[in-house]
Amino acid sequence: MTKRKQTGRFTRLVVAASLLATASVASVSVAYAQAWEPTKPVTFIIPAGAGGGADQMARFVQGVIQKNNLMKQPMIVINKAGGAGAEGFLEMKTSQRDPHKIIITLSNLFTTPLATGSPFNWKDMSPVAMLALDQFILWVNTDASYKTTKDYVEAVKSGSDRQFKMGGTGSKQEDQILTAAIEKQTGGKKFIYVPYAGGGQVAVQLVGKHIDSTVNNPIEAVSQWRAGQLVPLCLFDAKRSTYTEKVTATQSWSDIPTCREAGLPVEYQMLRGIFMAKGTTPAQNAYYVDLFKKVQATPDWQELMKSGAFNQTFMSGPEFETWVAENEKLHVDLMKEAGFLATSN
Amino acid sequence: MASKKNEKITRVWEAALEELNALMGGFAVALSPYNLMLMMIGIILGVIIGVLPGLGGANGVAILLPLTFTMPPTSAIILLTSIYWGALFGGAITSILFNIPGEPWSVATTFDGHPMAQKGKADEALVGAFTSSFVGAIVAVALITFLAPLVAKFALKFGPAEFFAVQFLTFASFIGMGRGSPSKTLASMCLGFALAAVGLDNVTGTLRMTFGHDELLNGFKFLVGVIGLFGIGEILASMEDGLKFNGPAARLRMNVVIETWKKLPAMWLTFLRSCIVGCWMGITPGGATPASFMSYGLAKRFSKNGDNFGKGELEGVVAPETAAHAAGTSALLPMLTLGIPGSPTAAVLLGGLMIWGLQPGPLLFVEKPDFVWGLIASMYLGNVVGLVLVLTCVPLFASILRIPFSIIAPSIIVICAIGAFTVNNAMFDVWMMMIFGVAGYVFTKLGYPLPPLVLALVLGDQAESSFRQAMLISQGNLSVFWSNWLVGTIMTLGLLLLFSPLLQTLKMKFQTRQATT
Repeated sequence: MTKRKQTGRFTRLVVAASLLATASVASVSVAYAQAWEPTKPVTFIIPAGAGGGADQMARFVQGVIQKNNLMKQPMIVINKAGGAGAEGFLEMKTSQRDPHKIIITLSNLFTTPLATGSPFNWKDMSPVAMLALDQFILWVNTDASYKTTKDYVEAVKSGSDRQFKMGGTGSKQEDQILTAAIEKQTGGKKFIYVPYAGGGQVAVQLVGKHIDSTVNNPIEAVSQWRAGQLVPLCLFDAKRSTYTEKVTATQSWSDIPTCREAGLPVEYQMLRGIFMAKGTTPAQNAYYVDLFKKVQATPDWQELMKSGAFNQTFMSGPEFETWVAENEKLHVDLMKEAGFLATSN
Repeated sequence: MASKKNEKITRVWEAALEELNALMGGFAVALSPYNLMLMMIGIILGVIIGVLPGLGGANGVAILLPLTFTMPPTSAIILLTSIYWGALFGGAITSILFNIPGEPWSVATTFDGHPMAQKGKADEALVGAFTSSFVGAIVAVALITFLAPLVAKFALKFGPAEFFAVQFLTFASFIGMGRGSPSKTLASMCLGFALAAVGLDNVTGTLRMTFGHDELLNGFKFLVGVIGLFGIGEILASMEDGLKFNGPAARLRMNVVIETWKKLPAMWLTFLRSCIVGCWMGITPGGATPASFMSYGLAKRFSKNGDNFGKGELEGVVAPETAAHAAGTSALLPMLTLGIPGSPTAAVLLGGLMIWGLQPGPLLFVEKPDFVWGLIASMYLGNVVGLVLVLTCVPLFASILRIPFSIIAPSIIVICAIGAFTVNNAMFDVWMMMIFGVAGYVFTKLGYPLPPLVLALVLGDQAESSFRQAMLISQGNLSVFWSNWLVGTIMTLGLLLLFSPLLQTLKMKFQTRQATT
């Protein structure tokens, strides 16, 4: 009797204990999946200099997060631009398992290791999310004799070799890669590619007619377009922009033809994405995906996307990882063809 | 004919009146108590930021930028530009007192400012520096007020060849600066060029002289070099002098402001020259640092007291400070009208403008007149408020020198180390600073001048880029440097300045030979 009672009690105890254990395990795993939060300030690294497109976007994100109270811990934005961004990426590589560091990427994620042989690869980090794709537009001076992409390409074809000067940001990076891709369509006529320190400067050099054309991002040249100093010829995307609101008195972003439809079959876009350190947990990754979704939901962000005619594609998880791998392959191919690979590669 | 001329004059007059009107509207915006309070806070913060080496105006503005997102844009930019003015003022303080330039553009201020402090005239040097900063800024703001559209067009004329010509002129105006042998000056400058070449080469996109060390990717940052060469080097030199600082003789004179002001009008030519150099360098955009060097070099060349420069001449403080402030202020003009930042701080402000929903560029003056004229009015007010604030603090600053060396030296080393660390958030830079410090000490002992090294370190990179961009465009043809009146004039001026000491020596030799025969 007493023995049975005891076993009964014992069974109940075991059941209760195991129930409790399952419950606590469940609650722990729930906490694990949803509720990881930064426990100290988050460092947001920009692998580019102050004032550029990546810098503007990162500081904008910081501003939006602060203004809307999206994160309890402060966010510290720092520029690590050395060696065409290698400095910033190498810091991420050495910060394994540190969930308090994220980095914004531009195309130097692929181009810097390929062109300089710096020892890093995107696989040394853990992809978080694609924020947007930055567009490229072929710009010329308003006073130029060519008004359409076709006229421009004809002018380059009929000119002498290395007569036309293309300005761009940096060397062996997105602007020069795109220039090399355009050169395949100009009947063997090459450009003189002139590298400058930043996109804003490139646009002004085109206004001053020191160069003949640029492939500036929309946001870098929009104010000169609105002032009637520069003209966009075509957009290096598969489809026209979706922004139909008037930017100048008569035109909107969507009025700019794609380069393909204008007779220059070249496409190129630049990743504006977020990465974190390798070895971080899925919960930590999920926190940042969620954070950036909240950032994208703000009206401020929508305004930035519109003013810079960004392609608003959001990706995270395996989808994003596949996209990055494919984009890397594209860069390897483009750079191999253009002869931009470092000798050690 | 005459009536046409009259008509033209009336039109110009009307345009000027319109601008004055707009400016008055701007004053009304800037003069609200809230904005005035922000101005005071900004300037005090700026002075502190300017005093701490390495932190710098750009960092200060970047740190505070997020705080301003909830403010109205005009108030936000008033706060941020006031920090900028404060940092411009503050940079001079440590340069004069401790030979440590708080900001890159104060390096040239140390050349005469610190010797003055050593002679016990720190207060006079400070008053001179603050007053000339003020003059430079006000002239530049006046330029922005009345000539903004015209000046913006002028800046567009600057392509790579023109940029190189300006940088060449800076180097040329600086040759012959050192009192040591010319070959030592040249050696020092070449070392500067070599250090500037480390890191990524922007033209080919490849790494240079990093020898596989990731720490060198970023190259040698100018500020790290300067903090070490000047700050740490000075401390080492003082230690050799038996641990005593040469400054404590500083008497505290209450009438020092009036006394110094009496001396300034005689230097009107230096003021004028420095204002022109400064405004020009700010607009083109060459920046405040080369402006201060160029202005110092020119003043030394053309002033009656040129031979005393480097030994504690007030004019040697006035020249670089006027130019640096004029350049720092006018650097905001290309930012507003063209969307290109004339300085790193302007670059951060540019980011701010976009967040407040303003698009810098040719249309800003048309679309947001309230904002633009409020900003310009705040430039006048900010500088007046700033001048009064820093002038009243001169005795306070000067009395820092009375603290015993055994206390001040360790604090300076700590501040220097923090400064060097802040530049890139890297410990490596702190070690570099110490190495630069030892190098600075050895250089001074052996009679190698430091200024040419520093100049090459700060400008070498840019000059090289511009030269190679120009060569790319002209496909290797040097005649591009005489391809139009603008670049041709600057280059010819540069060459004249470069060879003038040589010609003078030859002339003197010739004359003495004639005299002996």
